[in-house]
Amino acid sequence: MNTKILKAQPADVLKDASMIKQKEMMAKHYDRLTNAPTSGAKVASTFVPGNLNELIMCFDLVNNLPEVNAIQSGLRKQSGAYIMEAERAGHSEDVCTYVKSDIGMMLKGNIGPNGKKLPNPDVLLLSYTGCFTFLKWFELLREQYKCPTIFLQTPYMADGKVTPNMIQYMVKQLKDTVIPTLEEVSGVKFDIDRLREYLKKSAQAEDDLVYILQTGKNKPSPIDAYFGGIYYIGPIFGAFRGTDDAIDYYRFLREEVDERLAKGLGPVTPDGPMAEEKYRLVVEGPPNYTSFRQFWKMFYDEGATVVASSYTKVGGTYDYGFRHDPDKPLESLAEYCLGVYTNRSLPMRIDMLTDYIKEYEADGLLINSIKSCNSFSAGQLLIMREVEKRTGKPAAFIETDLVDPRYFSAANVKNRLESYFQMVEQKRSGKGVAA
Amino acid sequence: MSTQTASQIVARCEALYDDLRFSAARDWKEAEPGRKVIAYMPVYIPRELIHAAGMLPLGIMGGGDSLEVIHGDAYYQSYICRIPRSTIELGVSGRLDFVDGMLFPSICDVIRNLSGMWKMLFPDVYVKYFDVPQTYIDEIGGTFYTGEMRELLHDLEKIAGRKITDDDIRASIEVYNENRKVVNELYALRAQAPWKAPASEAYLVLRAGLLLPVEEHTQLVRDYVAAASAEERPIKDNSRVILTGMFCEQPPLNLIKSLELSGCYIVDDDFVLISRWLLGDVPTDGDPVHNLSQAFLHKAMSTAAKYEPDQEEKGQFLVRAVRDTGAEGVIFASTSFCDPALLDRPILQNVLKRADIPFIAFKYAENSGQMQPIREQAGTFVDSIKLWSAA
Ligand code: SF4
Ligand code: SF4
Repeated sequence: MNTKILKAQPADVLKDASMIKQKEMMAKHYDRLTNAPTSGAKVASTFVPGNLNELIMCFDLVNNLPEVNAIQSGLRKQSGAYIMEAERAGHSEDVCTYVKSDIGMMLKGNIGPNGKKLPNPDVLLLSYTGCFTFLKWFELLREQYKCPTIFLQTPYMADGKVTPNMIQYMVKQLKDTVIPTLEEVSGVKFDIDRLREYLKKSAQAEDDLVYILQTGKNKPSPIDAYFGGIYYIGPIFGAFRGTDDAIDYYRFLREEVDERLAKGLGPVTPDGPMAEEKYRLVVEGPPNYTSFRQFWKMFYDEGATVVASSYTKVGGTYDYGFRHDPDKPLESLAEYCLGVYTNRSLPMRIDMLTDYIKEYEADGLLINSIKSCNSFSAGQLLIMREVEKRTGKPAAFIETDLVDPRYFSAANVKNRLESYFQMVEQKRSGKGVAA
Repeated sequence: MSTQTASQIVARCEALYDDLRFSAARDWKEAEPGRKVIAYMPVYIPRELIHAAGMLPLGIMGGGDSLEVIHGDAYYQSYICRIPRSTIELGVSGRLDFVDGMLFPSICDVIRNLSGMWKMLFPDVYVKYFDVPQTYIDEIGGTFYTGEMRELLHDLEKIAGRKITDDDIRASIEVYNENRKVVNELYALRAQAPWKAPASEAYLVLRAGLLLPVEEHTQLVRDYVAAASAEERPIKDNSRVILTGMFCEQPPLNLIKSLELSGCYIVDDDFVLISRWLLGDVPTDGDPVHNLSQAFLHKAMSTAAKYEPDQEEKGQFLVRAVRDTGAEGVIFASTSFCDPALLDRPILQNVLKRADIPFIAFKYAENSGQMQPIREQAGTFVDSIKLWSAA
């Protein structure tokens, strides 16, 4: 199915045109998904890190992202019940709650955020990128949906570099197994020029995204690069990379951010514009979604803005220069997958966070360690100490979960944050400089 | 032919197992100047390549239940399994200070990230994350894997200060073929007469293979099989079970003993999986790296750390193991917080349900101390198996 893209007119650009646009895009996308059984569209499920959206679109497939569904369930406070359902069905309390939220949702009829049933996938595109759990997740789904499963392995960037062996391996997989199977499932012949077109559009939106994220370097920062950042990355990490919709969205957003920048304003929060920027933070790790607003409020109430975060790089490290490249389409998809944050070695992550603290002139690092996520969490205590050592800025560690409400203790998190802000104050006064 | 009894051999293996300063490997290294030791973690490494470089491959499987973890907990949150923290403990406490290199195989994100931590903590040691293909097509996964092995060989040559020839590798493959053969004999004996070679003994015999030069270990296993086969031991009214899920963090020895005490004959398991990873002999003619790659792709064990491309095949290894060993049930023993094992478990359990094979499940950590609940659970399982088979 080919999407006819309704272009929003630039004249529509109001203060929050990007928000309206994003809402429309998401609603339209979920409708496309839930209408698939009647429209005849075929559905591919895949993951955010290593999301090959441009390729999926080449086969007129609709991209369904179980991680995004889990986030939606978390934000809508349904994930807790889904997780319990999965645990009742025999899943361990110890494992990733994204998986359990997805499985619980499936067991309860797979109702999407628009209140309609999500279709069963026609194909599982298992892009094994940056997280081992993905392997098991789709083995579990394959057992239920009994649909073709396409496997794409992204080697881990353990030594901080991409080797020719890695690229060749990925391109070979794309050519020999991924693309032929997508052709088979969709009945659409692969057209590399169509892919090039999408990649060109991706790069355009990526430029704007990077611009927006890097406005965090200003004082005050016009954006919150973690809580706000999650909205900003939505289209490009999800089903819209390579579309005109994404280009429009990022253009609107850029204009809004520029406007705030020109006026010297801080980020917009759910309670309106932030009053004063007292603390500038870099955050490592995913957020908590079940108490997302409450969590965010703990920051903006204290005047804390997140100026850069690693989570907004799980679907691509564009600020490190990567762009999808129509001149080398398959290599570019491979490089994209290789570079995502969770596929980067621990030393690379430390370098990145250290750079952020310096370049964004942050007061320090905050790690939100997620119980679910070994990919992110294993090693974070060392990351914290190392970044602290290298930057001389205080770091703090909090523990929550992505979508399991049982692991979000508001009182604990608040306490930790308060003492962290005190630490930052002490550090400032100790040095006699005001940030 | 050794004159040692089975229990004497086991006693030696237990002493090796208890020795967390790895004296045997230290002694090996000191015996000749220039010797190097390359350590590796679960689940699989082509040890043949290390051996071909004239080095000692040393298997590290965490710190077990006797290691006091003092520093390791400062590196890990409570919801991460124990093996990485006890391994860090081994490192920062100097117990691995004689090790020249450390390999972290692709098994899960915890070990993956530990490879980066090791680089930070021990900058003078050669550290490699050893990526393996999860796709098993020759021109795709095979080519990638051959490339990875060549990179490792290149690094090992630098450490050894000499070239590693194809003949070196062929000779090492032969030595490991021999080792796999005797290990398989040990498993065959256990399946056939489990009272003669209890799992708790066989486990220690296997663990010794992580610490000793392979030639010495092959002889040790051979001696044990001979001694255990020859000795008469009383047959108990136990049930035959397969233990699965222990492919990475190892159970305390006491756990294996407790299962035996509660009436289980453990006739198959996935402890120390590296010793049986490749099924059958690896050919010694032709390109040895290619041969190792072929064996990895097409003739290797199944485990939760691997992707199974064929839905029909998923979990069948367990059904086959039950049939081959005459087991009456399966015990899923998984490490707490182990995503690979715990996410795989429900799929495997469904396969067993369809095959009408009874099972139970519990979790453990390498330092689990309380065996009573596990003993009770296993005892009840054994009783119910007996009831079913009597019905
Ligand atoms: S382990 Fe982490 S990266 Fe992997 S699926 Fe779960 S939350 Fe996502
Ligand atoms: S026990 Fe499981 S989670 Fe822990 S390191 Fe081993 S495979 Fe990974």
